[in-house]
Amino acid sequence: MSKIDAVTCPVCGCLCDDIELTIADGVVAQVKNGCAMCEAKFFSHNNDHRLKTPLIRKDGKLVPSTYDKAIRKSAEILAKANYPILYGWSSTDCEAQRVGVELAEEVGGVLDNTAVVCHGPSILSVQEVGIPTCTLGQIRHRADLLIYWGCNPWSAHPRHLERYTAFTEGRFKGSEWKSYINKVKAAAGRKKLRSLERIGVLKHKPEQVAPTVSDNKPPAILNKKGRKLIVVDVRKSMTAEMADYFLQVKPGKDYELIQAMRALVRDQELDVEEVAGVPVEYLQQLVDAMISCQFGIIFFGMGLTQSPSKFRNIDVAISLIRDLNMRTKFAIMPMRGHFNVTGANTVFTWQSGYPYAVDFSLGYPRYNPGETTVVDVLLRQESDAGLVIASDPASNFPRKAVEHLVKKPLIVIDPHMNATSLVGDVVLPSEIVGIEKEGTAYRMDHVPLPLKKVVDPPKGLLSDEEILRRILKEVRKIKSKKLEAA
Amino acid sequence: MNLLIKNGFVYDPINEINGEIMDIAIRNDKIVESVPERTSKIIDASGLTVFPGGVDIHTHIAGGEVNTGRLVRPEDHEKDFVRKTAITRSGVGYSIPSTFTTGYRYSRMGYTTVMNPSMACLEAKHTHEELNDIPMLDKATYPLLGDWWLVLENIAKGDLEACARYVAWMLEITKGYAIKIVNPGGLESWGFGRNVHSIDDQVPNFGITPREIMCGLAKVNKMLNLPHTIHLHTNNLGIPGNYATTLETMKCLESIPSDGKPVVHITHLQFSSFAGEDWGSFRSGAGEIAKYINNHDHVTFDMGQIVFTDTTTMTADGPFEYTLYQLSGHKWVNTDIETETSGGIIPFHYKRKNPVNAIQWSIGLELALMTKNPWKVFMTTDHPNAGPFTAYPKILAWLASKKARMATFKRLHKKAQKKSLLPSIDRELSLYDIAIVTRSGQAKALDLKEKGHLGVGADADVAIFNLNPEEVDIANKYKTFRRAFSNAAYTIKAGKVLVKDGEILQQSDGKTIWLDLQTSKEIEISEEIKRKFREYWTVEYENYPVSDHYIKHSSPLTIKADV
Repeated sequence: MSKIDAVTCPVCGCLCDDIELTIADGVVAQVKNGCAMCEAKFFSHNNDHRLKTPLIRKDGKLVPSTYDKAIRKSAEILAKANYPILYGWSSTDCEAQRVGVELAEEVGGVLDNTAVVCHGPSILSVQEVGIPTCTLGQIRHRADLLIYWGCNPWSAHPRHLERYTAFTEGRFKGSEWKSYINKVKAAAGRKKLRSLERIGVLKHKPEQVAPTVSDNKPPAILNKKGRKLIVVDVRKSMTAEMADYFLQVKPGKDYELIQAMRALVRDQELDVEEVAGVPVEYLQQLVDAMISCQFGIIFFGMGLTQSPSKFRNIDVAISLIRDLNMRTKFAIMPMRGHFNVTGANTVFTWQSGYPYAVDFSLGYPRYNPGETTVVDVLLRQESDAGLVIASDPASNFPRKAVEHLVKKPLIVIDPHMNATSLVGDVVLPSEIVGIEKEGTAYRMDHVPLPLKKVVDPPKGLLSDEEILRRILKEVRKIKSKKLEAA
Repeated sequence: MNLLIKNGFVYDPINEINGEIMDIAIRNDKIVESVPERTSKIIDASGLTVFPGGVDIHTHIAGGEVNTGRLVRPEDHEKDFVRKTAITRSGVGYSIPSTFTTGYRYSRMGYTTVMNPSMACLEAKHTHEELNDIPMLDKATYPLLGDWWLVLENIAKGDLEACARYVAWMLEITKGYAIKIVNPGGLESWGFGRNVHSIDDQVPNFGITPREIMCGLAKVNKMLNLPHTIHLHTNNLGIPGNYATTLETMKCLESIPSDGKPVVHITHLQFSSFAGEDWGSFRSGAGEIAKYINNHDHVTFDMGQIVFTDTTTMTADGPFEYTLYQLSGHKWVNTDIETETSGGIIPFHYKRKNPVNAIQWSIGLELALMTKNPWKVFMTTDHPNAGPFTAYPKILAWLASKKARMATFKRLHKKAQKKSLLPSIDRELSLYDIAIVTRSGQAKALDLKEKGHLGVGADADVAIFNLNPEEVDIANKYKTFRRAFSNAAYTIKAGKVLVKDGEILQQSDGKTIWLDLQTSKEIEISEEIKRKFREYWTVEYENYPVSDHYIKHSSPLTIKADV
């Protein structure tokens, strides 16, 4: 039995690096400090149904094969292809991503990562208006106004609040954990009352049922000193339960609401009574709180990037922050999902100049989201082969896109069987990055962190990086032979 | 393998060789006395100019800030893309080239060593990962230490020894080369949206002034025997009237004992030499600054020369970038780094017909030409802040030829022409001076003993240019000169011929140079520091250092420190 400290968790963009693991008999036996997602991932390396041999499709069926054959087959597919797509990348390490760019360049393919169905719109807006942001520690030390907009860290980034924002102790700003505990207790109490009502011990009081749309009246605490937590969402999420103020916006009306806030920050009068379901009077109070804070931050998620108006939402949100910086200090940060999606954007950018949707088919990097984004390439049925790594597009791309992906030769590299591997033509199992292989990942605020190898991989397995390297080598071999033959 | 460069006009200022016809012998990766001609590869350099490989003391080519600059400027890349070849990787330019392209373009101009001047310690791994992907060059990087809490706290306490130990520790774990200071005190203030406006302003929450930070770190630099001086970006940079702050800054460092050696390198001095009260009365402060530098030996500087083009400004000086944002309304990036520093990015187009930009252009050249001793002046554009490094040949032509300067001068905004001192300056740098300001002086200021010269024992880094100094008067035929320095006839690095006639012959990785500091006592990491670590940063102590894994070709320089 051995203990390993300061392990980086390879799950979400929080990239918590204080995980303590206990290893027994070469298996993760105990996970300390981690959230539920973290525990599930660290225990997953020992799953019974993990894939341990490469598979190649023969007569419509996936049959076990060897790495040599599977890599050779993959290289043949890619070398023959005219316009292959190479997609995924967000759940593997930067070392593998670097080889990925080289491979995409070599085969003249379209290189894209999961940002395309996630924070792609955020990147487009950053390219339009820039972004005033900071690292997460800056928020711990200084922020007294925290706004989560269209995201629910309680479920998606469970330790974000406790490690980086409302409930941490900073140099200049204290933790709000006491009020947090009260709120958790109150929420638990409410739950108990409701269950007592259900079983009939307490009389059911229908008039006390909360209205579906809140009246959005800001509480008095907004004017007080100390850290304040605000959640803006279309529904009352678990994070909203913890918040000092929950602002419910009508679905699809975020753009309007933020524009109205911009007007108020600039001291303009609004001629309407309410915007996006929020009375202007209340909105004014919120804006006043934002202007009078010392350091404010907006975290935003899919609720803003993937709802109607998409990148225009982010555009206007960043513009709001630009305006606010004329009055106080304010920052904004996307809540990145996969643990290394930021790394994929970073590596692609330093090697090719562009963060995602990079088309190498002309021999140089070209970038035109909407045209060179993988979903669009698939929808136009242009690709003639695919490589998917560390991702599962079959279960979350539009159906038409998946249909085309499946129709053409498909290579899948992943530690586990997923929906995409089931429809792949060559399936290459790999080591789990951050558990069985060391590497590097970038946190949502661009801080690079080392990933550790804590257990040995199943015998005979290769890493993503090694598999890609071998494919690249094979592709070059095939190409140089072709050249000689010509 | 042996290499013999025959009959070139050799310029090697460190060894006081000024255009003599000589042979340079190379064995493997070093310059040697001689090699047998029969078994050596011969490069016939007759009629060509032979320089040591170029050294750039200040160029933003890698790291978080640079990469964010790349990310926000697709429009900058689209106009300048680079195809993949059998030898080289594809990429993009223009103002912030992708990593591979950066290496190729430097190499084609005869550069072999470059210094990345601005690295946030927390993101040091990122910088080193990118440096690994920049081929053709030897590299080093300076960590940003001027607003780091542990520096501020220890200087405020007056405990310079503790400060020195922390700095030594940080240089080592981030694999850095020199102490970089940016707008001291200003960046910490920027954490809450404020700034400092003189070297005696108080830094909020820390009870310390920029003067104390600069003097403290200059002393620490001395205690650690670092090869380079403190590398300083002054307070009030980019603000009209800031030449007074710059003078005060230089004066406050006069008293640091130094045995006649420089104490401070002021970087991109052009941006710190503004006179006038506001943008309307904006004029050059270069006269006063150059006069001071001519009379004092504790200062070196690089130019930060403006080039009229569309470029991208990026600096750790967050408040200054905010000022630029207010001026331009352009897309604005700000990145504050916990407990350490900040950063900002704004795209910027320097225009000849903008009086301020035109005067800035003049200031850079005035500084370089009015400073009598070329060993104090280094040619940079603070890439990409005042222009991309690919503009270097253009700047060299301005320095070497009054004709070239005046050709640009007469197209400037009329107001700028009236205010400029350039028409009265007749000085024209010779090839010998050019070799000093582009390689030898820079290598000397960095104390890179094996760089910047062609003496026996030096690294075999050589640049050969297609220019016959006996036939071409560079002051007159500045276009020939400019063309020759844009595409080197040969670039030889570590004994390998990487470039011939401006074409890349082979791709080769460079080394990463970093300081291996030997302190008298092993730097102890107590539980106290580890506890502080958890409080100050959001990463664990174990995960902070740049491990060997992040440095592909490591080249540590061992230094014995006095603490």
